Amino acid sequence: MSSYYEPEDLKKFADIGEHAKKLADGFFRYYGEVTGSDGALSKREKALIALAVSHAMKCPYCIDAYTTQCLETGSNPEQMMEAVHVAAAMQAGITLVHSVQMQNHLRKMVL
Amino acid sequence: MSVAAVQLKVVQEKSKYDFDAVLRRRGIELPPLAIDTLQVNVSKICNQVCRHCHVDASPTRTEKMAPEGIAKCLEILERHRQIAKLDITGGAPELHPQFDSFVERAVALDRRVMVRHNLTVQLDGHPQTKENKEYLPQFFAKNRVEVISSLPYYQEFFTDAQRGSGVFKKSMEAMKRLNEVGYGVEGSGLVLNLIYNPVGPYLPAPQAGLEADYKRELKTRFGLTFNSLYTITNMPINRFKLHLDKTGQYEAYMEKLLAAFNPAAAEGVMCRSLISVSYDGRIYDCDFNQMLEMDAVDRSGRPLTIFDFEFERALARPIRFDGHCLGCTAGAGSSCGGATAA
Repeated sequence: MSSYYEPEDLKKFADIGEHAKKLADGFFRYYGEVTGSDGALSKREKALIALAVSHAMKCPYCIDAYTTQCLETGSNPEQMMEAVHVAAAMQAGITLVHSVQMQNHLRKMVL
Repeated sequence: MSVAAVQLKVVQEKSKYDFDAVLRRRGIELPPLAIDTLQVNVSKICNQVCRHCHVDASPTRTEKMAPEGIAKCLEILERHRQIAKLDITGGAPELHPQFDSFVERAVALDRRVMVRHNLTVQLDGHPQTKENKEYLPQFFAKNRVEVISSLPYYQEFFTDAQRGSGVFKKSMEAMKRLNEVGYGVEGSGLVLNLIYNPVGPYLPAPQAGLEADYKRELKTRFGLTFNSLYTITNMPINRFKLHLDKTGQYEAYMEKLLAAFNPAAAEGVMCRSLISVSYDGRIYDCDFNQMLEMDAVDRSGRPLTIFDFEFERALARPIRFDGHCLGCTAGAGSSCGGATAA
């Protein structure tokens, strides 16, 4: 059964350069430098961050890719799940903090 | 056709994983450099049935080296001082009836003796004869054997997934017994090294980082110490390949290994300094070739055995490569001594 997301399509990521090669090349250089090497953060830390972001942004390609990347940089399932909870807590917090806006406006509506 | 021969045929048909072609494209040649290690697989019997085992070892196997084979290996060590190391593996090599005397006689020849010890055999004993093996830590210490033990992770989840239910707890107890006689303890001179294997179709994490994690976690959680951690990539053969095939991941794993080919890792492949001996005395370029029944051959194509061993003939041999060799050359590289590239 086909669906919108096919795991095999992740391998075709480089094909985004087909109609805008220069931009794609620039992107992949940047992406590789950010995610593919140790910097102020280690590759492992970056992989866990990327895993969390993948879940927050609901990208199945990224979830697959960064699950593997987390394992290949030495993380374990507990650390990975905790990273997902960071994403979940952020999303919950971001939702809730906007209720300050709601409360501000509510005060204006109650004369 | 044997299972090994069928597997070899499958690997050879996948021409895109032709390792010789990969080397040719990159202008790399990998002749033997030395023979400093005699690795002897004395028995395929094991008290465990690990999911990634390239030997397909289990409690029901019966293959074991005959006394004449053990004697021949010792004779080779005695005649050739340049073979400085004896690496005894299996299965669980301690289950061989002549294991103890093999170790003692090799030590008497002033060789560095390494034993691939699965830890749990101390507690499980011999699965067929029920012989108790709790004496092993003291035996290893008395003979100053270098103990090399697999521990896929410092947590139960990964370890038991790969090596069987209850293995992690037993491994911790076995390590405690090794620590108690001095193994892995600073200043004792008794070396305990651990092996990390990924529990699935992915590459090992960097060795140094994992070693630091293991040392920290095993010490703080269990009070255990060891010397070094080696990372070993899973070879796409035998039991591991069976699981790859069952989950439809064989091609993806081979593609990953091919994409991660590292010329620096290739230069350090262990077959360039080691020969592997099977229970029946045949010689191979490595334990993986052994399990695929790819005999080592001399320049005229004649198979090498321990019964007509000539050092120079073995050193001059062309090493036999195939698709599974991509496992040893991926990323940081892999060998019985861990990563092969900096």
